[in-house]
Amino acid sequence: MKFSIQINEGPYQHQASDTAYQFAKAAIAAGHEIFRVFFYHDGVNNATRLAVPPQDDRNISAQWTALAKENDLDMVVCIAAAQRRGLMDADEAKRQGLDADNIAEGFRISGLGQLIEAGIESDRLVVFGD
Amino acid sequence: MSVKKFMYINRKAPYGTIYALESLEVVLIGAAFDQDVSLAFIGDGVYQLTKGQNTEAIGQKNFSPTYSALGDYDVNKIYVEKESLEERGLSVEDLMPLTYEDEDDDWAEKDSIRLLSRAELADIMEEQDILFSF
Repeated sequence: MKFSIQINEGPYQHQASDTAYQFAKAAIAAGHEIFRVFFYHDGVNNATRLAVPPQDDRNISAQWTALAKENDLDMVVCIAAAQRRGLMDADEAKRQGLDADNIAEGFRISGLGQLIEAGIESDRLVVFGD
Repeated sequence: MSVKKFMYINRKAPYGTIYALESLEVVLIGAAFDQDVSLAFIGDGVYQLTKGQNTEAIGQKNFSPTYSALGDYDVNKIYVEKESLEERGLSVEDLMPLTYEDEDDDWAEKDSIRLLSRAELADIMEEQDILFSF
């Protein structure tokens, strides 16, 4: 089956991203396809590459980056939600005249149309969040 | 491209969290994809449609006028759960009038809001392909 995943909550504060990660791993292991992972609301904060959690804890954004690399996942961060919350890739930071960017490897910033398209193209869209 | 039934379920009060505002942003973008779209308002989500919203004292933008534009985006199936209204001491008179122009009926102006019971709404949810939950 072809799945897409929407993550609506930030890392650590909420379990949504952890559960979505476990779901994605399990789905891939069972032979399913992940069409796209879409980060929305505070979920965009999962895409930061500047998080430094304690050494004995999981690094949520690094987990996503690794999973994406191993499985060629398409991980999209909503641009409107990201701009509000200060998540920038190098191009967007430059366009906004900002002095830094903070997107982790494997994530890309794009529009909400990517979420709608994920709904159209997938057999199931699974939403994680409150 | 195939047409799917998309329902946006709005469950939260308009301010206090950003879910309502960012749900509306998805609806507006999604309208360009020519899908079969409906919105459901349940629980505290019914407060999103109340009229006379004034956000001056909380220093936030009052985005409620945007709901009135949904008809222009061909988003005209707006389901409000009756029990949720009643549980909050509200009636349809407390909601903004939302309308659309029906192109199949000589552009007659019609109400977009339909009051549904919890059971009726559950049946409509059952028919959907995609349920966005905000």
